Amino acid sequence: MSRKIYLVLEDGSAYPGHAFGAEGVGYGEVVFNTSMTGYQEMLTDPSYAGQVVVPTYPMIGNYGVNDIDYQSNRIQVSGFVVRQDCYQPSHWQSERTLHEYLKANGIPGIGGVDTRSITRHLRSVGVMMGIITEDEPDKAIAHLKTLPKYVDTDFVPRVSTDKVFEWDEGGKGTGPHIIVVDCGVKYSILRNLSKLGCRVTVVPATTPSADILKLDPDGILVSPGPGDPALNYLQDTVRDLVGKKPVMGICLGHQLLARAFGSRTFKLKFGHRGANHPVKDLATGRVYITAQNHGYAVDGDSLKGGLEVSQINLNDNTVEGMVHREYPILSIQYHSEASPGPLDTVDAFKRFLDMVKN
Amino acid sequence: MTDKATKAKKVLVIGSGPIVIGQAAEFDYAGTQACRALREEGIYSILVNSNPATIMTDEGIADAVYIEPLTVEVVERIIQKERPDGLLSTLGGQTGLNLAVEVANAGILDKYNVRVLGTPIDTIERAEDRDLFKKMLLEIGEPVLDSVVATTMEEARVALKEIGLPAVIRPAYTLGGSGGGHARTMEEFETVVTSGLAFSPVNQILVEHSVVGWKEIEYEVMRDGADTCITICNMENLDPMGVHTGDSIVVAPSQTLTDREYQMLRSASLKIIRELGIEGGCNVQLALAPAGTDLKGLPPYYVIEVNPRVSRSSALASKATGYPIARVAAKIAAGKRLDEITNKVTGKTTAAFEPALDYCVVKIPRWPFDKFALGDRVLGTQMKATGEVMAIDRNFEAALQKAVRSLEIGKKSLLWEDPAWKDKYPLGPHDMRLWALMAALRRGSTVEQLCDETKIDRWFMDKLQNIIDMEKELLANKLTPELMLKAKRLGFSDSQIGTLADSLTEQVRELRKQWNITPVYKTVDTCAAEFAAETPYFYSAYESENEAIPTDVKKAVTIGSGPIRIGQGIEFDYCSVHSAWALQRAGVESIMINSNPETVSTDFDTSDRLYFEALDEESVRDILENEALTDEPSDAPPSITQFGGQTAVNLAGPLSRNGLSLLGSSAEAIDLAEDRGRFEEVLSRLGIPQPPGAAITNVEDALNTAQLIGYPVIVRPSYVLGGRAMEIVHNATELVRYITTAVDLGSEHPVLVDKYLRGKEVEVDAICDGERVLIPGIMEHIERAGVHSGDSMAVYPALKLTMQEAEMIVDCTVRIGLELNVKGLMNIQYVIVPGEADSFESGSVYVLEVNPRSSRTVPFLSKVTGVPMVQVATNIMLGESLEKQGYETGLWKSQKLIAIKAPVFSMSKLAGVDTYLGPEMKSTGEVMGIDLTFKAALTKALIAAGLMLPQKGGILLSIADRDKAEALPMIKKLAAAGYKLYATEGTAAMIKSIGLPVIMISKILSGQRPNVVDVISDGTVNALVNTLTEGAVPLRDGIAIRRTAAEKRMPCFTSLDTARVAVEALTGTGQGYNVLTVAEYLGKA
Repeated sequence: MSRKIYLVLEDGSAYPGHAFGAEGVGYGEVVFNTSMTGYQEMLTDPSYAGQVVVPTYPMIGNYGVNDIDYQSNRIQVSGFVVRQDCYQPSHWQSERTLHEYLKANGIPGIGGVDTRSITRHLRSVGVMMGIITEDEPDKAIAHLKTLPKYVDTDFVPRVSTDKVFEWDEGGKGTGPHIIVVDCGVKYSILRNLSKLGCRVTVVPATTPSADILKLDPDGILVSPGPGDPALNYLQDTVRDLVGKKPVMGICLGHQLLARAFGSRTFKLKFGHRGANHPVKDLATGRVYITAQNHGYAVDGDSLKGGLEVSQINLNDNTVEGMVHREYPILSIQYHSEASPGPLDTVDAFKRFLDMVKN
Repeated sequence: MTDKATKAKKVLVIGSGPIVIGQAAEFDYAGTQACRALREEGIYSILVNSNPATIMTDEGIADAVYIEPLTVEVVERIIQKERPDGLLSTLGGQTGLNLAVEVANAGILDKYNVRVLGTPIDTIERAEDRDLFKKMLLEIGEPVLDSVVATTMEEARVALKEIGLPAVIRPAYTLGGSGGGHARTMEEFETVVTSGLAFSPVNQILVEHSVVGWKEIEYEVMRDGADTCITICNMENLDPMGVHTGDSIVVAPSQTLTDREYQMLRSASLKIIRELGIEGGCNVQLALAPAGTDLKGLPPYYVIEVNPRVSRSSALASKATGYPIARVAAKIAAGKRLDEITNKVTGKTTAAFEPALDYCVVKIPRWPFDKFALGDRVLGTQMKATGEVMAIDRNFEAALQKAVRSLEIGKKSLLWEDPAWKDKYPLGPHDMRLWALMAALRRGSTVEQLCDETKIDRWFMDKLQNIIDMEKELLANKLTPELMLKAKRLGFSDSQIGTLADSLTEQVRELRKQWNITPVYKTVDTCAAEFAAETPYFYSAYESENEAIPTDVKKAVTIGSGPIRIGQGIEFDYCSVHSAWALQRAGVESIMINSNPETVSTDFDTSDRLYFEALDEESVRDILENEALTDEPSDAPPSITQFGGQTAVNLAGPLSRNGLSLLGSSAEAIDLAEDRGRFEEVLSRLGIPQPPGAAITNVEDALNTAQLIGYPVIVRPSYVLGGRAMEIVHNATELVRYITTAVDLGSEHPVLVDKYLRGKEVEVDAICDGERVLIPGIMEHIERAGVHSGDSMAVYPALKLTMQEAEMIVDCTVRIGLELNVKGLMNIQYVIVPGEADSFESGSVYVLEVNPRSSRTVPFLSKVTGVPMVQVATNIMLGESLEKQGYETGLWKSQKLIAIKAPVFSMSKLAGVDTYLGPEMKSTGEVMGIDLTFKAALTKALIAAGLMLPQKGGILLSIADRDKAEALPMIKKLAAAGYKLYATEGTAAMIKSIGLPVIMISKILSGQRPNVVDVISDGTVNALVNTLTEGAVPLRDGIAIRRTAAEKRMPCFTSLDTARVAVEALTGTGQGYNVLTVAEYLGKA
């Protein structure tokens, strides 16, 4: 029998379970994701930096961890909380177990937990900090109080590339040159652009707009990423780029676009994380099922500077897409690159390219 | 579509007809949801279905209800009369769909200006026609198996040259894959092609490349008129490709697919429904390569099949996710968009989303082989299961074990092993494969070996190994709280733990209660707890947080009837649903427990609370204790055990013994009726005759009893439903064989040996309150006693009883009801043994059987008498007497209508099963013919049951000596009607002797040709009358004759009584029949 450990939340709720993955402490904002597949993609999604992720699906690790579905070069979550961790995965592409993968990345996991109970708690009181630890709950709480809070931390620099590079997996593209501002980009975004023939250059999130424009882009994609979009340096960069080049914003990128025009963003009670979020396109009336992973959202009533809501989330009517009256922007809150999640909106990349070509 | 002006105002919904293998109660669920959804939209709904044992045919579900045969003629007459502007065809299974296509092709829809709502007819045709479907897939670049369409054996042979063996043969437009199959050899190929061509109504089959062993994955998808497409659920079959999905163990969601694979198949499914233009629900089946693209040159998956309608899988998906597919499909058909329909589970979000599950669902089919010992148990592309169970838990092992408990196949937990296996475990696909796999693992086979042999994914096999490991842990260690919790979390029942840990079940229960190890209940909420759910739909789990907090109101629990099986069908779900509704109407919170995903009772808005759980003592007690506000069993809500068939009745004793209260008849009353000795006492006290007999527990007593009362005797185990293992035996040798082979004498219930009385069988259902006994109607069987009542045609009102006989029956019923102190429903079967020949004297009435519970005939009788029997009975249980409800003692006034209930069989699907009618029930469903005259009602019952003889043709007669004289008038009528008579040796001689032309056909299969099988196979004859010499073990040749007829789907009469009425209907004056609503027949409209 493996070691007994706890997930302890900042409000004192404690969930006992058994340890798997790496030994040690993991802490962060505790969030749940309702996608039934794609734990490998979740783990490696940079937008989860600083968070302890609870998949609501109870059996995790069934198909192991493979070499093709990583979304970045490492595990990004700071802890993983599951009902049942599978130690005997079965899949022809599997290279290692979930346990082995977490262990190799130094990330602790806790299994055997009533994850539904955690989810119900978070959805009713809102997300909060939590810690995976061997310590008894009282001690854990004390420890947690000494640790930096998720909301006070800018995780973007921690997940962004530190140097400019060209994406060359599958060969360099010869089509339009797209600069990706890496706030925590997922490989699948780069793969989608490159599959459409784009030449893709990834730049650090801190790259000034002038340096970006110097690279002679045909279009700019501001990537998703972790945390609060109230990041002045990025807002400024985006403001400078809009109007000069077509800009696509996904998730954090979308929120930055809103803020660049002076609109407001706010923190959601428990975020949108899953593969089943219905997004309605207001122009066509069609509903798309989207993959989402965000804890902040754009305040639709605050849209300024020519921005308009083009798509909404049917669950809570929050803003899912924006258009601009003048400028070529494609701004979506959801993840058109999916991974994990449905591919309903994957042609957003093609639409952006059409925008770039015109 | 959303333009209100073009919305339909009056819609005809076609139901699915009788329950047959491949088409079960799920369509009652679908049709009921659809009719209610239409009503919500303000649409006038008209329903036609031939199956009376359905909720959808109840007053109040649709605006106009026709219980009429599902034929083009009937539908046209309804359309003519009602003038609907819309037709909804995708909720009545394959039957409804095929009929809609026929009606459309006959030009009827155009003629009367009826629009097809939802999925258009040409879409249906493109999805169902193999050739068109394949073409479409190729056009949109979806991988499709190499296949060739054939319409003759010659074409099929040519096709095979292209495809190669192994191959799959799929007939077009059939349900449950009827007639299709796998061919590994040329011989198999010819056999399957022959049956496939015969089964397809358009004589078309597809010869297809085989991907046996690949993963089988299904997606349930929906599309609305605005082109929004969503998937409700995906499912993975534990049994890989090669076993019909209806016969496979299925899990939801998929367990072994990466997100990449999940999305690849999801995208393919959506692409297909877009291309087809589905508006509503649809099911897509795919085969996924188990080793991906490693299989060089092959695509990673193939699209296997699409069902452009609500299906069995969609019922399962609805229950597995909480997403009401049929309701939403009906709304889409009515012109709504997904985002305009509310998600009733959350009450806030819309239907335009994809459910997220935070549990594992396992479905296991329920096969009829416990009743058909001779049936071919091998599973293939032709579905054989009559029903299914579903179980939900937080992991696969627990859900699987709970599903096994739900199957109600004796005490067979996964620990069960067939002694006949010895050391050779049959690992090919068959109904007991799961048990064989467990046995093999238990006895040392490795997971690798078994995966290799069965192609079942390793993930599933590892989970089975986990269960085995826990078994070993329990065997080796003393029970501790940790071990107990671990075992419970893997789904081990108290009884399994008891067996392994050498304790009594009750001791295990005590122990775990001491240790505070009790289940909590989680909610099925479509959204993995992301939003608060309004629907209390629960499953148990050994977790920390309980979501089913007991309410402090007056409440009662209805125990459901579990999986559909022969002998316990949809009728009992009908009763359970009405009981829940009656509770609600009386202001009592209704709590439903059931394990069957195909039913209306497991719809989350049928009751106030739904527990989707196994119907065994442990589950039910756990639920009742959870519903109690204190730890006292007496504080638990009372249970109603008389509507859920024998499943529920069997729980009455255990619940009662544990201090849990029952509503209605006490466990004591039930025991009094079911305990042979005690019941005999009651009857003799009342002076009511019963066929002489005794309950015995050994061979010697059996022989003595039989000797005393004289042969033939009827033998059966006590406490069973559907005449399981019931036989008529004619001599000591047969009796010894029966006692030693057919029943398990070690069990706690004895075997009954009774004198077999050959007479007119009559059946009554009665409602008692302890003071009064109301008899809504008397039903008379067309077949003499000896044919199981469930397989008999029953006529209401009884037409051939003398006044005195009827009075005697009423009198006996009243006295028995009062004496047993029945509170609620009771069913009694009587046999009337005729008096002296040619005398006008009434016969003597004997009681055959009393069942202090609702019976199979309750829905039928409720409908044709207008007495809401279950509601009245439930009210009685709540303390409202018959008097207060306005009912007198005695027989309810006879209606001015004739209704005939006819059984429907699924024999064509069950290779090897003899079709002759006997005391063991064989039918899977029923239809009703209702009209103002006997002949018209009879004609409709026969048409609906598929027993109507064609106007002219050939008929093959093979009649037992004892029946010959009696058969003469019928034979004369057939000849007079212009029928060409064919007969076997003896019968032909008799026909010749009365001067009628007859062609003699040999029944010796090895002799001269054409023999009997030939004339059936080649269509020379259109029907078969084949009565058996009583007592003789059916001869192989006889079985071959009847099987051939079954496979040709030809009317085959093994009872002279049925044959006689069929001929009567054929040779009638032919004034036709009415097409009216039930209310009109009852004179209420």
